[in-house]
This record gives sequence, structure tokens and C-alpha cells, in this order.
Amino acid sequence: MKLEIVNGRVIDPKHGVDRVTPLYVAAGKVAALGTPPPDWRASRVIDAKGLIVCPGLVDASARLREPGFEHKATLESEMQAAVAGGVTSLACPPDTDPPLDEPGLVEMLKHRARSLHRAHVYPVGALTVGLKGMAITEMGELSEAGCIAFSQADAEIADTQVLLRALQYAATFGYAVWLRPQDPYLSRGGVAHDGEVATRLGLQAIPSCAETIALDTLFELARSTGARLHLARISTHDGVQRIREAKRSGLALSCDVAIHHLHLCDTDIGWFNASCHVIPPLRGHRDREALRAGVADGTIDLVCSDHAPVDDDAKQLPFAESEAGATGLELLLPLTLKWAREARVGLPQALACVTSRPAQVLGIDAGHLAVDAPADVCVFDPEAWWTVDRRSLHSQGKNTPFLGVELAGKVRFTVVAGQLVHES
Amino acid sequence: MHSPQLNAAGELTHLLTLEGLPADVIVRILDTAIPFVSIAERDVKKVPLLRGKAVFNLFFENSTRTRTTFEIAAKRLSADVINLNIGVSSTSKGETLLDTIDNLVAMNADMFVVRHAQSGAPHLIAQHLSAARRDHIHVVNAGDGRHQHPTQGLLDLFTIRHYKKDFRGLTVAMVGDVLHSRVARSLIHGLTTLGTPEVRVIAPKTLLPTSIASLGVHVHYDMAEGLRGADVVVMLRLQNERMGGAMLPSAGEFFKHYGLTAEKLALAKPDAIVMHPGPMNRGVEIESTVADGVHSVILPQVTFGIAVRMAVMSMLAGA
Repeated sequence: MKLEIVNGRVIDPKHGVDRVTPLYVAAGKVAALGTPPPDWRASRVIDAKGLIVCPGLVDASARLREPGFEHKATLESEMQAAVAGGVTSLACPPDTDPPLDEPGLVEMLKHRARSLHRAHVYPVGALTVGLKGMAITEMGELSEAGCIAFSQADAEIADTQVLLRALQYAATFGYAVWLRPQDPYLSRGGVAHDGEVATRLGLQAIPSCAETIALDTLFELARSTGARLHLARISTHDGVQRIREAKRSGLALSCDVAIHHLHLCDTDIGWFNASCHVIPPLRGHRDREALRAGVADGTIDLVCSDHAPVDDDAKQLPFAESEAGATGLELLLPLTLKWAREARVGLPQALACVTSRPAQVLGIDAGHLAVDAPADVCVFDPEAWWTVDRRSLHSQGKNTPFLGVELAGKVRFTVVAGQLVHES
Repeated sequence: MHSPQLNAAGELTHLLTLEGLPADVIVRILDTAIPFVSIAERDVKKVPLLRGKAVFNLFFENSTRTRTTFEIAAKRLSADVINLNIGVSSTSKGETLLDTIDNLVAMNADMFVVRHAQSGAPHLIAQHLSAARRDHIHVVNAGDGRHQHPTQGLLDLFTIRHYKKDFRGLTVAMVGDVLHSRVARSLIHGLTTLGTPEVRVIAPKTLLPTSIASLGVHVHYDMAEGLRGADVVVMLRLQNERMGGAMLPSAGEFFKHYGLTAEKLALAKPDAIVMHPGPMNRGVEIESTVADGVHSVILPQVTFGIAVRMAVMSMLAGA
């Protein structure tokens, strides 16, 4: 298929492109930008007048729920949600059932995903067997099967001896380790930020020091092991500050934030709204402001959806018993645009947080539009407003704190490997 | 924020929390309770205000006292009372909270009195009924997790008003396990709403939520200091499972620092009253001479509790 996308404002953050120009796609790759390749004849021309043409989004955390949780979501539903949200590459955490701790599971997942011809799926392997935090997995085998990094998802490694060994082993072979900093003891039983809301509502709290203490431990271990560390889902003011200092001191690490943490805080829980039950918890106003500032100044490298589709039954429970998580693949782009507008951050910088920067952390050739790059493209209307409701979401999970909210930014076309896979 | 328990006309549709409940509604409940106190002293202890109504006592967490007082209150209003002690068994059978509710709605329930171990469970039920357009069914929170126990808060307010007449000018001290206490969270909101100038909490840091001061209370770690000049002393129940862990070393040490003795009580005003939501742990929170002494209004609290619950149920039923 030869695609020609004309009249659109092409933004390629990685290469500093931001101009109205045609983009040519052939043989699954970007064929040219500006002037057509020799003997060009398009099989389809897309008029992107008034639209923005950018690299397909790269989401560093999207749960597809397969295998094991098909009642929450399926690959079919979530891959459709991905491309509807302009996401063309995604990393999926290992917290499936069984967890992604065996090469066979990873291969099966990759195979299933490939056969659907939607977004590219990059599994993140389990760092420890069964995510139990006790024995390390066959990282070599898993890596060969296609794992791009290793993580514990939301499971803990309470034993710092195991944590040290896991980082040492991964560092030996240069495997990336993605960990969410949270002290397992300080967060035990907690479901909400340790602040006024948790006090009023009588919800068990998770203090900010659960994050900072874990960060200090991880900094120390990253320094001594030389592991390639990525810190997932930063949530606190003090956490951002510590990462800023660690980076300044020369420690090579990257980190991310979930998009809902840039917009919400604990007061949004209202009267026990279970759709605001997420991990890590929504924190205070001060924390949210620090996270927004952290993304703006580059301390936080990237923004992810932390997509977690949950079935209605698991959400219609008292707050603490409800399952944590929010659906997000289709909200990543509009919520990033919303943040950019409110924080007065330019579109190229904002789009870098969901394209080139995550691609770099995943270690994949994606998130940019250079000639010969894989033709993963998102074409969206930044001025199209739409209301988030159950019907407008393709994901099987309808669980989002943004239900009923009007957002700007609608994906019109999504191209994966040169194929038009979504159009609206 | 939208009120989960008042309708557009400002009338009570559920009683879920004392937070955000307007002062005039609280006063109306307390006033309504006054005549119900005397009903209990009559030969025939019944009024027909809830005749033909089905009240379901839904206790997902064990409680003898609260369930009994709700049962008596509903029966004195001539309601049909059905007690369901669900405990944890139904959830282990796989039925969800809302499935249980739907089943009871199908049995034409008019009111649910709900006790649940999880904060927010009664809110969830009220919201569910509203979404199903069952606004004529009322929910009374009989204690949810650490969140609220509004009828206990109201009966505490009733008791304080009975003995002290006016809240403006009072110093109220609450002592003990504030962290896990739904009673404290209810009473604090009730007292501040009615204009109590000084509400104190007295506890070790392990038994206080971090942001407790944001509810408008003064925090004291030293009991003598906290009791000085108090008009009302509210002792909170300390559950045995809090002992011996990381919260408290022992019952003995807790009593030494935070137990109410005649000697400590002497620091409060001479006419101070002593309250306790029950059940009491004698020798842990309170010594017997105080519990049974002249300052104690612990048993009148129980009597008033029935009247206050009658007031709440009758107002909800629109009677």
C-alpha cells in the first residue's frame, strides 16, 4: 500500500520537524517527507488539512489482560482500543495469569498480537518467577522470546537481597529493569494517599515516604550494579525531586508517570469513587503540580497510559475492595494535549513524551518519522472535542475517572507498518 | 460537592455521614428525638410511624449492640424488622454486595440499615439504588469501616446537648484510637458543624491519622494537658487486636498513658461528663470507678441512642 498524507502539520519531535508538508509511505516504511519519491503513485491519498500528523504513540504500559483475565479484556478489544487512540506500539507488563515468566507465554502473546495486525506489542518479562519476588527468571530465554525489559508490574520484591541479585544479573547482560518504587511494608493495605481525603473517608493510607524510601534503595542499587533502571509511575512531589537530584548527580536512569496523575488528585475520589482507585494512589495537589513540572522540565522522561481495563463487577465494590486501575489507551493522546495546553508546553515537546522518548526507553525503532523508519503514524484533529463515555471507548474496560469529561483531540487515522488500521 | 444524602429540597434521603450535613438538619434530628425518649417510658412503647414498612438490618460485620438498638428503634416505630447477619459468608459464596441489595429490593425493602467493614459501603449502596431509580428506599449507615457511624455521632450530640444545653462554649476531648474510629470521625464533624469552639483528640501518634488536624481538631499527645478544662470527655473503644503489634506495646502501657482514671478526670471541669460508645474495656480505656461514677453518662447514651435512631428512621420515611 502506498499512502500519501497531504496538507497535514507534520510533527516529528525527534528530528525537529514541525511544518505543513506531505508524508509518503510505502512498503511499510516512511518513503519520503516533502517531495515524493521517484515514480510515485499513491494507492490512497489522505487529506489531513487542519490535522496533525505525528509518529504513532508509544505506550510504555498497557495491560492487555491476556492470558488469564479475558473477562476484563481481550487482545482483540484492547488492540482496537490502542489504534483508536493512535497508539501503534505498546509495552505490556507481565502481570497476566500466569505471569509472563516463561518464553512460551511471551511467544504466544507476540504471535496472537501479530496476527491481529494492529499495534506492535512488546512484552515486559517478569523479573522474578511468578512475580513472587523470590527467584529470578530465565531472562536470557525471555529476552530471546521478545521481552524488551523486566519488571515486577505492581508486585513487590520485599527482600532487598533478591532485588540486588536481580539487578546484578540483568546488568550482566544489559537487560533493562523497570520497577515501580514503592516500599511494600509502608504501602501494605493502603488504597489512598496519606492526606486529608484518606483521613476524612477512613481509607487506609499510603504515605509518600513509601515511594521515596524505595527510590533511595533503588538509586543505591543502580549505582552499585550498573543496572539499566527505569522507574515506573512516579507519584509524589518528593519522588520527582529525588529523581531530579539523582539525574543531576550523573545516575543514568529514566522514569515515567501515568497520564491520570497529571490531571487528578485525591480530592477527585469524592465520595468513594472507585474509578479513582489506581496504583499508585492519586496524591495531593502539590504532588500533581510537581509531576506536571517534572514532565515539562524533562525530569520525567515519558508519559504512559498505565492502561488497566477492569470489569464493572470488580469496580462496583466498596473503594478498598474494588480493583485498582483505569482504562487509558484511548485517553493518552487527548489527556497529553490537555496537559500541554494547560502547562503551556508546545505540541512537539508534549508529543515527544508519548512518541520518541518512550521508544527510546523501550529500545525500539519507533516514535519518529525519518525516511526508512517504520511507518507508524497517527493523524489527529487537535480541535475535535468528544465526550468520554462507555460507547465512545473501544476498550472492554470502561473504568475511567474521566467518564463524562469532554476532551479535545480525536484520532482520525492510524497507520501501523504502512497499513491504515483505524479511520474515524 | 453534590450531597449523597440530601435531595434537591434539602431533605434527608439517606443518612450516610455527618460530614456536610447542615446544622439545621442535625438540630432537627435531635429535636425530633426528644419526644421519642419519653415513649420508651410509657407502658405501650409503640408509635405507628413506620407501620407496614420493611426495615432490613444488614450487618456485614458483627455487632450486637448497634443491631439491637436499631431493631428496637424500628419496632417501636411499628416497622417490620428483618435481621440479616451476613458476616463474611455471603461474599465467600460469591454473591456481591450489590447482588444482595438487589435481592432484598425485590423483597420490597423500604430501608436498609447497613454495617460494613469497608469504608464507603453504604455510599455504594445508596448510589446503586439511585442509579436503579429506587430513591424511595433509604440507607442508614450503621458504621462503615473507619469512616462514619453517624447515628452514634448523633446520639453523642444528643447526650452532650442534654447535659450541656449549648455547644458554643464547650471543650470536648476525645481519647484513644482515633485512627480506626468511625465514631470519632462522625462526632468531630457533628461538633464542628454545631459550633463547638474546641474539639481535642488525645492519642499516641500511632493511633492518629496524619491529617487529623485538617478536620478542625486540636491534637494532644499528653492526656493531662488534653483533659484540662474539658466539659466533655469521650473515650473511644480500643480493639484488642491493636495490642502487641506495632501500634501499641500493651494494654497496661496504654492504660497508663491514656486510660481514664478518677485522678486524670479531676483535671477536667468539675461538672464534666464522661461518654463511651461501648462496648467498654474496663481497665484498658477506662477504670471502673469512672465508668460507673457520677460523671458517667454512658448508660443514658444507650437510651438516647434508641430515640435518635427512631428520629432518623421516621424522618427518612417522611413520617
